[in-house]
Amino acid sequence: MLIYALRRLLGAIPTLFIIVTAAFFMMRLAPGGPFDQERTLEATVMANLNATFGLDKPLWQQYAIYLGNLFQGDMGPSFIYRDKRVHEILAEGLPVSVQLGASALLLAFVLGTALGTVAALRQNSRVDYAVIAVATFGITVPNFVVAPVLSLVFAVMLGWLPAQGWGDWRQMILPVIALALPQVAVIARLIRGAMIEALRSDHVRTARAYGLPARMVVAKHALRAAILPAISYLGPAAAALLTGSIVVEQVFNLPGIGRYFVQGALNRDYTLVMGTVVIVAVFVVVFNLLVDLAYALLDPRVRYD
Amino acid sequence: MTDPVLEIDNLRVRFDTPDGTVDAVRGVSLTVAPGETVAVVGESGSGKSQVMMAAMGLLAANGKASGSVRYRGEEILNLPPDRLNRIRGRKITMIFQEPMTSLDPLYTIEDQLAEPLRVHGGLSPRAARARALELLDLVQIPDPARRLRAYPHELSGGQRQRVMIAMALANDPDLLIADEPTTALDVTIQAEILRLLAELQARLGMSILFITHDLGIVRAFADRVYVMRAGLVEEQGPTRRIFEAPEKPYTRMLLDAEPEGEKPPVAADAPVLLQGAGLRVTFGKPPGFLRRDTRFTAVKGIDLTLRQGQTIGVVGESGSGKSTLGRALLQLLPAEGRVVYLGQEIAGLDRAAMRPHRKGLQMVFQDPYGSLSPRMTVTEIITEGLLVHEPGLSRRDRAERAAQALTDVGLDASMRNRFPHEFSGGQRQRIAIARAVVLRPRVIVLDEPTSALDRSVQKQVIDLLRRLQAEHALSYIFISHDLAVVRAMADYVMVMKDGAVVEQGPTRAIFEAPGAEYTRALMRAAFDLGDLLTG
Amino acid sequence: MTDTAAPGRSLWATALLRLRRNRAAMASLVILALIACLAIFGPRLAPHGYAEVYPEFVKVAPSLRPYPQEDQVIPAAERALKRARVELGEITIDNGTVRIPLTSPREIDPRLARYLDRSDVFTEARIVDLSPDGKSAVAEARVQQLYFLMGTDANGRDLLSRILISLRISLTIGLLATAVALTIGVVYGATAGFLGGRIDNLMMRVVDILYSLPFVFFVILLVVFFGRNVVLMFIAVGAVEWLDMARIVRGQTLSLRRREFVQAAEAMGVSGGAIIRRHIIPNTLGTVIIYMTLLIPKVILLESFLSFLGLGVQEPLTSLGVLIAEGAKNMRNAPYMLIYPAATMTVLLFALNFLGDGLRDALDPKDR
Repeated sequence: MLIYALRRLLGAIPTLFIIVTAAFFMMRLAPGGPFDQERTLEATVMANLNATFGLDKPLWQQYAIYLGNLFQGDMGPSFIYRDKRVHEILAEGLPVSVQLGASALLLAFVLGTALGTVAALRQNSRVDYAVIAVATFGITVPNFVVAPVLSLVFAVMLGWLPAQGWGDWRQMILPVIALALPQVAVIARLIRGAMIEALRSDHVRTARAYGLPARMVVAKHALRAAILPAISYLGPAAAALLTGSIVVEQVFNLPGIGRYFVQGALNRDYTLVMGTVVIVAVFVVVFNLLVDLAYALLDPRVRYD
Repeated sequence: MTDPVLEIDNLRVRFDTPDGTVDAVRGVSLTVAPGETVAVVGESGSGKSQVMMAAMGLLAANGKASGSVRYRGEEILNLPPDRLNRIRGRKITMIFQEPMTSLDPLYTIEDQLAEPLRVHGGLSPRAARARALELLDLVQIPDPARRLRAYPHELSGGQRQRVMIAMALANDPDLLIADEPTTALDVTIQAEILRLLAELQARLGMSILFITHDLGIVRAFADRVYVMRAGLVEEQGPTRRIFEAPEKPYTRMLLDAEPEGEKPPVAADAPVLLQGAGLRVTFGKPPGFLRRDTRFTAVKGIDLTLRQGQTIGVVGESGSGKSTLGRALLQLLPAEGRVVYLGQEIAGLDRAAMRPHRKGLQMVFQDPYGSLSPRMTVTEIITEGLLVHEPGLSRRDRAERAAQALTDVGLDASMRNRFPHEFSGGQRQRIAIARAVVLRPRVIVLDEPTSALDRSVQKQVIDLLRRLQAEHALSYIFISHDLAVVRAMADYVMVMKDGAVVEQGPTRAIFEAPGAEYTRALMRAAFDLGDLLTG
Repeated sequence: MTDTAAPGRSLWATALLRLRRNRAAMASLVILALIACLAIFGPRLAPHGYAEVYPEFVKVAPSLRPYPQEDQVIPAAERALKRARVELGEITIDNGTVRIPLTSPREIDPRLARYLDRSDVFTEARIVDLSPDGKSAVAEARVQQLYFLMGTDANGRDLLSRILISLRISLTIGLLATAVALTIGVVYGATAGFLGGRIDNLMMRVVDILYSLPFVFFVILLVVFFGRNVVLMFIAVGAVEWLDMARIVRGQTLSLRRREFVQAAEAMGVSGGAIIRRHIIPNTLGTVIIYMTLLIPKVILLESFLSFLGLGVQEPLTSLGVLIAEGAKNMRNAPYMLIYPAATMTVLLFALNFLGDGLRDALDPKDR
């Protein structure tokens, strides 16, 4: 088990390295630079700026310096927010994004599992059809539609909840729902399918044939098997939440890292964009590893080789 | 007569499917007396399993049962689960066909054995554990204390079925329903499990209701038999009477379906067609960085000589490497060693160089559902080989050859434009044989060609293969786990175990005086099941 | 198992029959056909050009009655003639024609009718009844009859026309990017699956690595740094979405290669190419079609997502994502700007998903 975790961790390093390298060179190969917008700058000032940020050195040298700094936890200076280092900026946004994403993931998993189980137990009933309808809606309608519509209905028209901002728990409700809804839908559908299959499986038939109470059959034997595919979906779910948070942060005006990414990209703030990509990549890779380990713990059939 | 333990009266089971309702069981009545062993025998689709599922309240959601099922006089059909559960798992217990999937893969053996004990017997965890250990001992599992902590996937098929039996015995049931409990197991394991059941019954005195398609087991095991066909009981009576004087033609047909006859050996100077020497097949990868050695030798150096008109039977249990050997001979997977066909070395030839030889070397596979391309018509399937080997034929000639081949295997040539899914298992196997025969091959490797078929269909396919062999002077390599079929088909037998040949020789010699201990065990399990159970 | 003599019917025909019985899928098919027609012919039939700006009608609400509505005519006339430096008398409207009595201390230039023409509200403006001293006159103009069934946007463009053109863009990108993803995915996956062994290992390792990348971020980078154009969108979106396709096709190919009918063909000496053509491709086709119908909405979604962030198609062209983003910005005072594009998007995606699900149920070999 430990060796397995270690090997997976080692395997993640080349992946991260490739991401950093690809992102670095892709950005530098693109036309345009961070100071293009400041057209009024004189040539000497421009050269000075370039020298301060190390942009005058050959590309491979810049790359080596960047990697070296990254290794020490320094993501370099931001080109646009000039008085700050990138990791300082991201350190401000990260708690917001993590809190948002973790709440949405938790909500999606709990609600999705509950809905999927209920639907499977009452297959082809009205409850089932209602869950299927909700799931289809959630999967079909993207969160860049859901988020503004939620905001329109609950904040603008009904005035029940604040439309924007961060800090108060009431301000979290709409963003978390908007972010979680598609994942609730996917997980509900997954659990429903897996549950139906599990309820028909031979070992559940055995449990029923041995006169175990219905609740025990469902909770202990069927649900435990049905929850496994949902666990392994958590990896892709987290990635989807990251993408979704870009939209949600924009619609609800939240100070998370998704916003920095879009702004950074639009402003050609190389280091800021690199910083977000690195953080997101580390996050995705580590999260996937955790999911795999959790899965291995829950399913004794998984072999570690 | 004492009151029966179980009484089923005019039971009907109906399924609602998207394509209409299906009457799986159409009025079945049967009784089981205390201590009695009753067998329900029938071919696939006869509804024999559904009778038991309905009685135990285990029908699929789209199934409906009507009629009456009484346990010691108490009506139990369609009872609500909480009331049914006072009997189910306690007084009546079941073991199922698939030992691989019938246990929950996510819980330890102890967990699963303890559940019914705690639910029905109200045992404490500690007492349940002690009882579970006792039960594993009872079903003769080696090292039971360690097995308690194991997960199902860590046990072999036979061991899992023993665990199921232990679970079934946990609450001292009156009746044990066994639904094809040994069908998925190798014959030697099957014999052990059956012997265990017989012993336990003698010791504990419960009734057994045994559902099976295998007449050999019925004869060795049951006091009384019900023969089912298409949802109805065709005939019933004491085992001896049914076997000695069957009244209904269907029962007689089932009994006659046992393969018969034998094949005379070919002349010692018959020309050699195919010869393998030192054949060796290895799967998997060598060890690497943080990686285990996954190499596994499936075939460990085998020699084989096939003469014109000969049938070599290759016998072995699952995992013995017999199918791999067949594929290696035809160069369908990479193997070491030499293969000579008609005096020419064909081992190691590439695809193109091998092509001219393929016409004479054909193969028929086990699964008649998987071996026909689902999106091609029968004509397209049969003529595909002709496109390769006789490209000069016109479209019309090819269609004619296909029609001829269909007639040859006993199918109506007017069926040639249909798709495989429109045919039954036996018909599909005939199509697969036609596909091989149309090329006029000299050697056909038959890989368990009858294992997926019901006994009665199996017999027809065997007769067909025999006729084709006589008409076209074919040579067969007949791979099978079924000794009865091999005895009827082959004139030379090779017995395989763990990738090596344990014993080989002319069929009659091997069957009359098996030399190796393993061969003897196989034969006892296959032919002397009755003696094995009583003595 | 059937022993009955039914007429030969291929799996495709069976699938079609089943699809016909699926009402949701058939309804989706009709809706999609309708949407496709709208996307192809809509922009040409629309009452306004998608880029045509009506400064007089910024963010007007959707209405079945024509604009300008009655209470808007007089203020519009007053606004239009403000710069003409004339006194306006009582303005009357009669049968689609507006009459504006004008007086001025100086002589009235007949050319001031152009002030009226310049407004979106009036056409055919002319000066009639010019008094002999030229100091009073009546301006007459026809009042426009402009229909904005879904209202106008923040620039005064007809929302219906913009939705129609965005449908065209979304569907085009959906189809083309899907084609890109499909081609790369099928070729890559089939090659890996058929060759097997070490090459397969290597090719799939590459896919695994690409999978673990936060790919949407890369698409955004790509689009931002290499400029925003539609061709790049195809490539970017296609380049992301081929991974699933490659995996699915490879898995199918691998499992097909192990199927006995492929082994049977090999045993008959059928060549590799013929095996791929006759056995592999026809049997993966079902899966590929199912996956394709599910890929189209995904691709449309991704394009809209980029457009929503302002990284997609550029003005004056538009896409549903852009419209939804603009709607979100203006939802406080013009909620219809959010509602109509969002509803269109929802209907489109629902129809595509239902059709995809229906096809999957119809073609699913599990039923066999």
